[in-house]
Amino acid sequence: MNREISKKQRNILTASACLIVLLLVYLGNMLIPPTSGMSMMFTVLEKGAIYALVAVSMNLLNGFTGLFSLGQAGFMLIGAYTYAVLSIPAASRDSVYQYFDGGLIKFSIPEIFSNALGSMLGETGAVIGEYIGMLIPMILAGILAAIVAFLIGIPVLRLKSDYLAIATLGFAEILRAFFQWNALGSITNGSNILRSFSTYSTPLFPVIISGICIVFIILLINSSYGRAFKAIRDDEIAAEAMGVNLFRHKQWSFVISSFFAGIGGALLAMFQNSIASTPFTSNMTYELLLIVVIGGIGSVTGSIIGSFLFVACSEWWLRFLDAGSFLGMDFAFMRPGFRKVVFAVIIMLIVLFYRQGIMGTKEFSWNGFIVFFRNLPLKIKNLGKKHKKNTDIEKEAR
Amino acid sequence: MNFMVENLPYLLAGISVGGQYALIAIGYTMVYGILRLINFAHGDMFMVAGLMMVYLAADLPLYLSVPVVIILTVFLGVMIEKVAYRPLRTAPRMSIMISAIGVSYLLQNAALYATGGLTQTYPDIPWLSQTVEIFGANTKMVTVITPVLTLILVIGLVMLIKHTKIGMAMRAVSRDFETSQLMGIDINRIITVTFIIGSFLAAIGSVLYFTNYTGVMPTSGAMPGLKAFVAAVFGGIGSIPGAVIGAFVIGICENIIKGLGWTTFSNAFTFVLLIVILMVKPTGLFGEKNIDKV
Amino acid sequence: MKKIISLMLVLVMVFALFAGCGSKDKEGEGDYAGTIKIGVFEPASGDNGAGGKQETLGVQYANSVTPAVEVGGETYKVELVNVDNESDAGKGITAAETLVSQGVSLVLGTYGSAVAIAAGPTFDKAGVPAIGITCTNPQVTEAANYFRICFLDPFQGTVLANYAYDNGMRKAYCLSKMGDDYSVGLVNYFVEAFKKLGGTVVEEQFEQGNSDFSAYVANAKKNGCDVFFSPVSTEAAALIINQADAQKLGMPILAGDTWDSNVITGAAKGTDVEIIVTTFYQEGGNPEFDEGIKKWIEEDSTNLANNGGNTDLAAVTAMGYDAYYVALEAIKAAGSSDPADILAALPSVTYEGVCGKVVFLESGDADRSEAVVKKCNTETGVWEYVATQTVEK
Repeated sequence: MNREISKKQRNILTASACLIVLLLVYLGNMLIPPTSGMSMMFTVLEKGAIYALVAVSMNLLNGFTGLFSLGQAGFMLIGAYTYAVLSIPAASRDSVYQYFDGGLIKFSIPEIFSNALGSMLGETGAVIGEYIGMLIPMILAGILAAIVAFLIGIPVLRLKSDYLAIATLGFAEILRAFFQWNALGSITNGSNILRSFSTYSTPLFPVIISGICIVFIILLINSSYGRAFKAIRDDEIAAEAMGVNLFRHKQWSFVISSFFAGIGGALLAMFQNSIASTPFTSNMTYELLLIVVIGGIGSVTGSIIGSFLFVACSEWWLRFLDAGSFLGMDFAFMRPGFRKVVFAVIIMLIVLFYRQGIMGTKEFSWNGFIVFFRNLPLKIKNLGKKHKKNTDIEKEAR
Repeated sequence: MNFMVENLPYLLAGISVGGQYALIAIGYTMVYGILRLINFAHGDMFMVAGLMMVYLAADLPLYLSVPVVIILTVFLGVMIEKVAYRPLRTAPRMSIMISAIGVSYLLQNAALYATGGLTQTYPDIPWLSQTVEIFGANTKMVTVITPVLTLILVIGLVMLIKHTKIGMAMRAVSRDFETSQLMGIDINRIITVTFIIGSFLAAIGSVLYFTNYTGVMPTSGAMPGLKAFVAAVFGGIGSIPGAVIGAFVIGICENIIKGLGWTTFSNAFTFVLLIVILMVKPTGLFGEKNIDKV
Repeated sequence: MKKIISLMLVLVMVFALFAGCGSKDKEGEGDYAGTIKIGVFEPASGDNGAGGKQETLGVQYANSVTPAVEVGGETYKVELVNVDNESDAGKGITAAETLVSQGVSLVLGTYGSAVAIAAGPTFDKAGVPAIGITCTNPQVTEAANYFRICFLDPFQGTVLANYAYDNGMRKAYCLSKMGDDYSVGLVNYFVEAFKKLGGTVVEEQFEQGNSDFSAYVANAKKNGCDVFFSPVSTEAAALIINQADAQKLGMPILAGDTWDSNVITGAAKGTDVEIIVTTFYQEGGNPEFDEGIKKWIEEDSTNLANNGGNTDLAAVTAMGYDAYYVALEAIKAAGSSDPADILAALPSVTYEGVCGKVVFLESGDADRSEAVVKKCNTETGVWEYVATQTVEK
């Protein structure tokens, strides 16, 4: 009965599951028109995938290395701006940078690639070229975020828990002010929005990119570096005694996390079609942190589930709470904003009563998955009993 | 003389906003001193106090609504501690901080719901909202009152902590949580008192702050809250005079920076100050050194 | 306890799913052949919440007056689909997608150019036409599907600059909000025009969420300016007026169409701050409309609250009213509720509204060359008509 599945079978299962999901997304996107109610699913899918990447990168820091950092929004901001600045087509620059005489940079990387491949291979070449060209500024976005993280990390990572949190939060705010500075306007467009840069046209793109990035993070966590990170989280002093170079490893964790946050920021820029520095406040970091908590601090699977749930609830499922009627009845208290209150209450309940979040520190595994479904009928049968048992125990305790 | 008249408004605004930050910062520094918790919800409580005033003043006369607001804010502060922080006291530090962020998120969203996302205009408090002239510069009465009132309250608070039994207990708890418990100090009571004092001062701070800057919106508390926290860190967390000095420094510098035309960086400056102080003297101006024990 | 909470959570999720997916289609209600949905893409919260609500009121009033439209010989009910874009460019995009996913035929709004610019590509991608009501930044109509019925900032900026210069003001203090395309754009065009006339300017910006304007007012005084130009959101405006009064600013405040709101008159009442704005409509321009909408607002407490507690009309409300009729004209001209047909029919639509005639130019902008200049009477707290300004192109 409890036969374990072999590694080979596991890999086949994972690969086929991924393929099926991608195929479903592709087919769904082809078949469901944008004007139907279900099209919100793709919005949620895209934004959820992007948030998942950023949440996993934050989990790498907070959950796996035990560094309570609140600077994620700042690194996303760097990523988003790097991508946007490098990908605005030359023709649109005059109108985007209208207050800064068309800006300093006059080229767009996706455009260069698109033109180059387009002239060689024609129409399809241009499309392929644009996608290749989009990957380059995206990677640059990650690299710039990582470099900034490296520099910030030198002073900041020597601080202890809450001081680290507030210092990273501070840096994120400083970065935001910096990007709004008019003196840099010919690059960042001051505080005005950047727009009309190249963006993807299929929801597969963010899903695949963030999937690849998350796989990288999982591989890292399972490597010797990952084990050192966990050792630092569990006990810094013991880890140091075991020969783990604390600062070096913290720095690696911080830099890698920021790299992926930068890529997440670039994807977010593409998702939104336009980018400005105003939304990247500490509130954005708080939301990400809450996603990590909902999913379970120290679980990659949890962060992914958490972000899809969070995005789906806040953008789609709970919108009916604002609409004023529920199941055909009208409620005066259900006016705009009610959705957010309900949402915040749910989050508070999770924080207080389910400190473990959805997954705790557990990860998804095929074995666990199979065992779970095999035992499901039994569990349902026991649900009533168990509850009874618990109340009995509570009574006895009194 | 002309230079004075031109630049006095910045100094006045700085001192006044500094005093208001100071009243919030005390709440941060006391809670941190005892629970080692950055109470992220403190700034939002300050905002909620402002909102309550807006709604209460619509129905009640001012001499009633001000005390009612203070009582309600104190009640809210104590409730937040009871519901959101006390159950997590034995949990890891990160959990309780996340809970604080959760409360902050809840308060902001509740305020968003209550106000419909619109800025609420704070009621005029007769004497405080009056315009006065000081050395040729016009400003509101509250600007002048704030630093005086802040100093009186702080002196009162320091006396309370230095010379009463409960003050002694508070000092003991902030020095060593476990030992003081063993010495028979009722920890829960001390923590409740801390939250009462913090919320009380935040409520007074909110009356002064919003009389000066009359718009209350759901996010009004976030920035003053963060700045007050930075002030607490600057002065050395756990130290009340430190927090007050830090708050005045931040308030005045911020306004000077705006006066110099660097408005983009007026908020960022606070954080630059924070990072500089953390690098140079992590324990702040008057903080005590903490050693990590294995 | 945990089990109960988890059960409740699951229940909420399940209900939410039903409510979320099962978008109810009440086809063929009563005498109507069907419904046509018009999306109202407006902020109900955030910095522009007050203005957005007033603009929505105009659309809602028009809908209550004319709740149906005749298409191809059959009468269709017009249903308004409201969504709150929270005055935030990021949130605005998902809000726009929500509208698109509910199958609206066209979209009206939004107050605040920044969100309109951000949401433009979303409407383009979905092929849904949008009609901007009072978003005056030129960039809005760069999106192919965006049209608008109001004047543009280069025009408005020039009008304001001319007004200032003609009234003997030579040095202007210009305050805009960071990241807000409306105020940054309008200040930019004002500065351009004002400098051309021979004036000088001092420019400053404040951050989102800022509520401390004392230093800005002090800066204006220190620099010896003649006029304080701050075409920002009404939320900030009330705070600026308050500070200006406390510090005895001593120069007139000049602003654009956003300030034409009872929030401003409310804040300025009883102070001695001089406020001058340019706008689209002056109360009394169409007595019949004024009377009807005032009665309608007064009848419903929610509407009254959305209008700020009294029945003073904002120009954006009148513009919202016009926009609804322009939308109906477009649907009639298209002869269908299909967004693509409406998009094709929109450029040739003309309409004579309470705020003047709407004729679309090739760019999608309305051909407007008139702005109303108003001044706030601080004793009575109402707007007083000053002049109607035009600019030679």
